[in-house]
Amino acid sequence: MKIAALKYCVAGLLLASSAALADVTAPECIAPAKPGGGFDLTCRVAQTGLAAQFDKPIQVTFMPGGIGAVAFSQFNTTRTDDPNAIVAFSSGSLLNIATGKFGEFTENDVRFLATVGADFGAVVVRADSNFETLDDLMAVFKENPAEVVVGAGGSVGSQDWMKGALLLKSVESSPRDMRYVSFEGGGEALAALLGGSIDMVTADVGEVITHLEAGNIRVLAVLSPERLDAPFDQIPTAIEQGYDVEWTIMRGFYMGNNVPDADYQTWADAFAKAYETEEFRKIREEKGLLPLNLSGAELDTKVKQRIGELRQIARDAGLIK
Amino acid sequence: MQEVFASLGTGFGVALAPFNIMLVLIGCFAGTLIGALPGIGPINGVAILLPIAYGLGLPPESALILLAGIYYGAEYGGRISSILLNVPGDAGAVMTTLDGNPMAKRGEAGRALSLSAIASFVGGTFAVILMSMFGPALARFAVTFSPSDYVALMVFAFASLASLVGKNPWKTLMGALIGLMLATMGIDGNTGVPRFTFGVPDLLAGIDFLIVVIGLFGMAELFHLVEQQVTGKLQTLPVDSSFVRMADLARTKWTILRASIIGFFIGILPGTGASVASAVAYGAEKRAAGADTSEFGKGDVRGLAAPEAANNAAASGAMVPMLTLGIPGSGTTAILLGALMLFNVQPGPLLFTQHPEIAWGLIASMYVGNVALLIINLPLVGLFARMLTIPQHYLTPLIAILAFIGVYSIVGNPFDLFLIILLGMFGWLLRKMEFPLAPVILGFVLGGLFEDNLRRALSISAGDWGILVESWKSLALYGLAVLAVVLPATLSYLNKRRARDRAPT
Repeated sequence: MKIAALKYCVAGLLLASSAALADVTAPECIAPAKPGGGFDLTCRVAQTGLAAQFDKPIQVTFMPGGIGAVAFSQFNTTRTDDPNAIVAFSSGSLLNIATGKFGEFTENDVRFLATVGADFGAVVVRADSNFETLDDLMAVFKENPAEVVVGAGGSVGSQDWMKGALLLKSVESSPRDMRYVSFEGGGEALAALLGGSIDMVTADVGEVITHLEAGNIRVLAVLSPERLDAPFDQIPTAIEQGYDVEWTIMRGFYMGNNVPDADYQTWADAFAKAYETEEFRKIREEKGLLPLNLSGAELDTKVKQRIGELRQIARDAGLIK
Repeated sequence: MQEVFASLGTGFGVALAPFNIMLVLIGCFAGTLIGALPGIGPINGVAILLPIAYGLGLPPESALILLAGIYYGAEYGGRISSILLNVPGDAGAVMTTLDGNPMAKRGEAGRALSLSAIASFVGGTFAVILMSMFGPALARFAVTFSPSDYVALMVFAFASLASLVGKNPWKTLMGALIGLMLATMGIDGNTGVPRFTFGVPDLLAGIDFLIVVIGLFGMAELFHLVEQQVTGKLQTLPVDSSFVRMADLARTKWTILRASIIGFFIGILPGTGASVASAVAYGAEKRAAGADTSEFGKGDVRGLAAPEAANNAAASGAMVPMLTLGIPGSGTTAILLGALMLFNVQPGPLLFTQHPEIAWGLIASMYVGNVALLIINLPLVGLFARMLTIPQHYLTPLIAILAFIGVYSIVGNPFDLFLIILLGMFGWLLRKMEFPLAPVILGFVLGGLFEDNLRRALSISAGDWGILVESWKSLALYGLAVLAVVLPATLSYLNKRRARDRAPT
């Protein structure tokens, strides 16, 4: 009896799979890093959030090496038409593409597929800082930027540095005058802020929430296009305070450039459908991401435009020629 | 203080629940094995088992108790392959090879294993006691360490390690420089410029510490063994049933205590962990021994006890800023922090008030875990020591396979497998030329930290070197550094003079 039921199940699955999908037979999500980091997290959201969209579970595999460059070059050389595999990216990867860290290949050598969510930049100072508002800080940035010691988890030219550079640029100061200290990850930067070694951290909203609740820090502004939902709804954006600075940390996936259109569309549709489900919303929230739903051609266009902008900023700041 | 005991009582209520005791035991046992395998250390053990612990649907305090058990279990286990095989089981166990392996070579593997188990126990337990008593205050102090203070700390570390200078100071210095050069590879953390990557994308992220350790120590040791076997020089080791003696404990009691203190304090600093702690403790111990250092590096019990007490104390110390401030003090605690968030528990100052059962349950489980590890480890000493009786032609390929699987399971990049072979040949060559390998590793770890923090300090001060001597913490550390250099020399001079005075003329 049991065996018979199982047989029907298997037959049903086979039918369903052949009907629904052309070539996506063994979906795979590649995290171009070691387990445990942000790319791992990005793949986990897809794995759980899209579970209902495919007959087979999405396998998560890791392809570390060169901050994502190894995976990027592989999908530009040997796996350009693999319909099963999606590779995780973040805004950091986009910046690396823009500044040429990934070598000869550019954004036009892959197809961006879908996002799973976003995080936003935050301007953070100690709770007892003299900077009460963003205006206080920006006044100093305008007059004498070198007076503020800015720190963050990334190197010069990283996303964290970019946030600071954009703040300076918005008051017509040169990013080159910023006194920027790079730490090994956001945690160390926040420790240095709490310990008084630095004055301000260009952090992400997701990493400061604990400290915000504990009352150790003050968030002067979030760098999102619009106000965020609770518990951040009390924090004004930089834009509404009159400084045109926005930093969205996008998390999503790309595929090889020669993947057949039909397969690309299968994936894009799977994401579009998943966005509407409760499972997807739940896992996104669990992983500390805020909603950002973009898939298919819409995302691809947007990302490529974004990389163009990043390249311009990097050029202005003297990072690339 | 009353409050601490009351909270600790609550904690033991959680930790001593039969289910949680079972998890501590499982975690500690698995951790010991994970640590003993060359290549897989605490960070990988915890990272690999985190999804499993989550998938089991355990309550957060139980899952964390399990993961923490694996964490400090692995710190215990790391010593086993260091001592027996001269291949560090994990990063914090590099210094353990220096005196542990010579002991095993002379037929005292059992003595080395049991002594180091006790040193680990004391180090671990000492750190947990300090953590329960003064945790939050210490964490608040630890974050006031500025980059310039780290620079001073590294100067102190180098000063105490000057004692590692072996027969040929030049070779030691060159070894440290090689380590420093290896550390500079990859994208520079400060400016984002790739350095010495030769256009190879796999090198952009730099060379992982694990790869350097497995390559230079593990693979080099294997090449050395194969060479000895081929040339017929391989000696069979005496069958070993030695065990730690009371005299060893009496001789190392102050060593263990000093190393525990050093280890704990270095552990709570964010950014420095077990590998720095064990190196500094070893150096300090050799310095403290004054003139009596002839046995260091040849199987001195103090040289074995110091790094083991220190790396376990550091492992617990790293939990302090993670739990009390939500700032991880090491890579492994960063993963534990992620584990807490996975269970929707926000670490930080509010953890102790919002979720006392988790915070104190975890701390209490660390007391239980340390006792459990001692109980697990002591009877197994004989069994582990018998590994050495496995014929070499089976053992060598077995270690090689384990090291390869270990590395691949963690980094998952075949490039790194070639890299460990390459580094192994390099290490073997260095050994041929009688270069000591420990300075290479220390140059790699300390040099990297020194560079990063020096540049951070100078970015903060906009290039003014005065920042390096601004805080009392820096000055105190420089003072200690001078002491570390001057004191042993003075002591040995005084000893000599005393001996001369006493000698009949």
